[in-house]
Amino acid sequence: MNITQILFWFLSVVALFSALMVITNKNPVYSVLWLIVTFFAISGHYILLNAQFLAIVNIIVYAGAIMVLFLFVIMLMNLNKETEPQKNRWLRMAGAVAGGCLLLVLVAALKDTDIKQQQAMVNGGSIGLIKNLGKELFTTYVVPFEISSILFLSAMVGAVVIGKKE
Amino acid sequence: MPINYYIFLSIALFAIGIVGVLTRRNAIIIFMCIELMLNAVNLLLVAFSKMHHLKAVAIDAASTAGTDGQLFVFFIMVVAAAEVTVGLAIIVMLYRNIHSVDVNFLNRLKH
Repeated sequence: MNITQILFWFLSVVALFSALMVITNKNPVYSVLWLIVTFFAISGHYILLNAQFLAIVNIIVYAGAIMVLFLFVIMLMNLNKETEPQKNRWLRMAGAVAGGCLLLVLVAALKDTDIKQQQAMVNGGSIGLIKNLGKELFTTYVVPFEISSILFLSAMVGAVVIGKKE
Repeated sequence: MPINYYIFLSIALFAIGIVGVLTRRNAIIIFMCIELMLNAVNLLLVAFSKMHHLKAVAIDAASTAGTDGQLFVFFIMVVAAAEVTVGLAIIVMLYRNIHSVDVNFLNRLKH
């Protein structure tokens, strides 16, 4: 077992454990913090796959911007363990069984696919580097890139209009 | 790494996100679980792009096949960021009106 495999299993275990903590924790603030741990583990996976640009963007955009926004909203509303609404036991169990069934069906369906023999290239390949991705983004994908700026503008206007007091 | 390890990891993260959406009543936690599902899909897209790249490099060493997958992940992140701002604005407005983030109270939208 080489260092890549050890890192893969370690990051997978961290990602799954922290994802489970997100959905089981009663306190919303702790849920946000565990979700940040999950995003860092996923960024670690990107680094392992040599997708360096996406690893950095994932940390800056998700762990840096989006989760801070979540944390601010939760602190603004002063949510804590006491105010956390709880579903009753049977509904929670039904939800867990439904999700478990989805997991079971997807795993069973994809267990014996032809793709199984394929390998994902780890710690090699230059497609994930900023040089290559930037070149592609500003030539082939320049129109979607500009459209996404309009999307951001409209999202910003929408957030201001919705959040404004009557 | 074999690609099916990544497939199963992503499926497990996605299923955890689904269980979170189904079992929680706090609107913000439900929103966070949706983000978790988006990230599971992103991870799988990156793994598939590297799989595609490995196959293409075996034929042509200078190939850049697989770049599209990683750019798709970038655009998913862009859309997710826009979605979060609008969604959280809606939740804040909701909290201002009904003083709760419990999704069960949203059934009054029907009346």
